[in-house]
Amino acid sequence: MSKTLTVRYFASFREQAGIDEETVSLTANTARDVFELLRKRHRSAEPLRHCKVAINDEMANWDSPVDDGDTILLFPPVAGG
Amino acid sequence: MMRVTSEVIRPDELREQLNDPGAGAYASFEGWIRNENEGHEVRRLEYESYEPLAMKEGQVVLREAAEKFPILKVECVHRVGMLEIGECAVWVGVAAPHRDEAFAACRYVIDQVKVRLPIWKKEHYANGHSGWVNCERCAAHGHIPDAEAVGR
Repeated sequence: MSKTLTVRYFASFREQAGIDEETVSLTANTARDVFELLRKRHRSAEPLRHCKVAINDEMANWDSPVDDGDTILLFPPVAGG
Repeated sequence: MMRVTSEVIRPDELREQLNDPGAGAYASFEGWIRNENEGHEVRRLEYESYEPLAMKEGQVVLREAAEKFPILKVECVHRVGMLEIGECAVWVGVAAPHRDEAFAACRYVIDQVKVRLPIWKKEHYANGHSGWVNCERCAAHGHIPDAEAVGR
């Protein structure tokens, strides 16, 4: 069943997608599913292993379940300091 | 406390927060903007963060440091926005009874902050190009002449 999700992009992801946020309807169970589906849609080459995800402003992991109405934050590889 | 700010970081003022009669040691780390990376001349660095989670995750890191090491106080400030060469991008300060734990906690905080907080930096090069640090696609699409350089 497809879920309606708000997805936010940051830094390089925002530049690749050309938007900072979108509402999408996806058949996805986990954060990993969301990443992979949107990665194809936005033709991103960034491998998942260096990226991070948050769901509704909580740090999550790629196996975290996504629910209808969730806001998914996709973080490209971080580089603080 | 963890803070993310677009204001200039002034370590001399920040260290005042760490004063403690039980402290026999103060260790700090400052990350500065360097004019070179991987052979490329860098003109300035642009930092972006997702502040709500950078603050939250930063607090978790500081709490971990206080649990792992017998220290008295620990603070961290990370700058965002456009920074010029020589400016301070991040400051960590630790007060502890003894130097070993002050050094160790300081090292722990900066190492974790670099790999865990949602903060990104874009290098602006002397040749007019720019590139996000650690971004593989930026490297693959040659945003900078020697794309391999940032493919880390």
